[in-house]
Amino acid sequence: MEATYNYKVVRQFAIMTVVWGIVGMLVGVIIASQLIWPDITMQLPWLSYGRLRPLHTNAVIFAFGGSGLFAASLYIVQRTCHVRLLSDGLAAFVFWGWQLIILCAAVSFVFGVTSGKEYAELEWPIDLLIAVVWIAYAILYFGTIVKRKTPHIYVANWFFGAYIIAITLLHVVNNIELPWMLGGSTSLVGMFKSYSAYAGVQDAMVQWWYGHNAVGFFLTVSFLGMMYYFVPKQAGRPIFSYRLSIVHFWSLNFIYMWAGPHHLLNTALPDWAQGLGMAFSLMLLAPSWGGMMNGIMTLSGAWHKLRTDPILKFLITSLSFYGMSTFEGPMMSVKTVNALSHYSEWGIAHVHSGAMGWVAMVTIGSMYYLIPRMFGREEMYSTRLINVHFWWSTIGVVLYIAAMWVAGVAQGLMWRATNADGTLTYSFAQTVNAMYPFYTIRLVGGIMFLLGMLLMAYNVWKTVSIGRVVNDAAIPQAVHA
Amino acid sequence: MDILYLLIPISLVLVAFIALILLWAVRNGQFEDMEGPAYRILMDDDSPVSNPEKSDDEQKKEAN
Repeated sequence: MEATYNYKVVRQFAIMTVVWGIVGMLVGVIIASQLIWPDITMQLPWLSYGRLRPLHTNAVIFAFGGSGLFAASLYIVQRTCHVRLLSDGLAAFVFWGWQLIILCAAVSFVFGVTSGKEYAELEWPIDLLIAVVWIAYAILYFGTIVKRKTPHIYVANWFFGAYIIAITLLHVVNNIELPWMLGGSTSLVGMFKSYSAYAGVQDAMVQWWYGHNAVGFFLTVSFLGMMYYFVPKQAGRPIFSYRLSIVHFWSLNFIYMWAGPHHLLNTALPDWAQGLGMAFSLMLLAPSWGGMMNGIMTLSGAWHKLRTDPILKFLITSLSFYGMSTFEGPMMSVKTVNALSHYSEWGIAHVHSGAMGWVAMVTIGSMYYLIPRMFGREEMYSTRLINVHFWWSTIGVVLYIAAMWVAGVAQGLMWRATNADGTLTYSFAQTVNAMYPFYTIRLVGGIMFLLGMLLMAYNVWKTVSIGRVVNDAAIPQAVHA
Repeated sequence: MDILYLLIPISLVLVAFIALILLWAVRNGQFEDMEGPAYRILMDDDSPVSNPEKSDDEQKKEAN
């Protein structure tokens, strides 16, 4: 056993990435429809917008993105360290534990159980479960690095390592909460209800310190780890500058933590804290663009590969979206820009340019690389279908974010428009009414993205059914040290 | 804003922790070679079909 890699856990997570991707995006399509046709779910409380929206965000981030990250990190750590995972039992525990968390999350959201903190809506029993599974993952990951057979730790592992440590810290600090049960509640709802240890603006500060770092470490640093392995592998070329990747890593880590206050600009948060958040956000542009260039320039001298290789198209397009959203983010952190963009659909455009354009596309590309290898095949069942998937996704994302950009700016301008006598030009209902055409275009974009995922599921199904499960990929005996 | 008495120290401890790891990495020689590691991942052949005989043999061994 010791002379082979553990592919089982990678294969499990890779398949679940596709499954949860479809579920999460389907819920996204449903809530996008609700904004156009509010009665589409027949006023069933379990399917109301307020309950499905956290289900959508958690499903795409933690179920789809999370599974993709587990698959990629556990594959990369083994292949770059030339060693089997620390423990097969622990790997199985992480897989089944994470699936259990996802199921608990889905059920609790549908029943309206929520702590009300964005991206941390899960209530205390699930928070505890997450902490246990996450620490098991940390032991599995770092334990594997410790017993590595190669002296050097490849840069992708550094990114995954930082992500694991940061998420542990963020999750624990933000979810310090008091279960209502301890306060004497005996009702069924009270069993799961908890209150944050922090109050008011203090709570807001902790929440967005968590919230932005969750974006930074769960959705950026970790996926960069994926990028630094799969882009060179798929392109068959070394990363443009290994030195730059190291600089990228350390600079991101040193300055990421304090960008959070930009979510609270022009609020009760002290002005200096807002300024601090804005300054750190602006600084982030430099390492982000350095990393984006590093990934894209890996193709320099081999650009022709982009013409024929749809997996590479996914990966390189994802990097372009990474570049776009890491330019847009610092710009939106400028107080004056934020005064227009905050609370408007512009935020939705920004987050989806990052989530669909960067996170989903880099994950999809990586899974197309990984899945055939997990099932003993040279490539996916159909490369043509990957190409179709690529175009549907790309057009879908562009429709989505362009619609939301226009909607957001229009909305922001309508909210602030005043008449000569100082009264508001538009009532709130008028601003909502102006959104319909954009919501419709957004829905079309979202449906295209979802259809692309269904195409992927078909392609994966065909690949799996004609492939054979690889459980015993041999570890190279001669280590190139 | 009492919360900053918690968040700022946490950040400082974290930065110190990151600095320590960086120091370890430098002293450990992690950054001695800034070219080789980029090529080394390409030398690792993870194509499943390239070495079918060997894995089949191992499957037989496991079956026995």
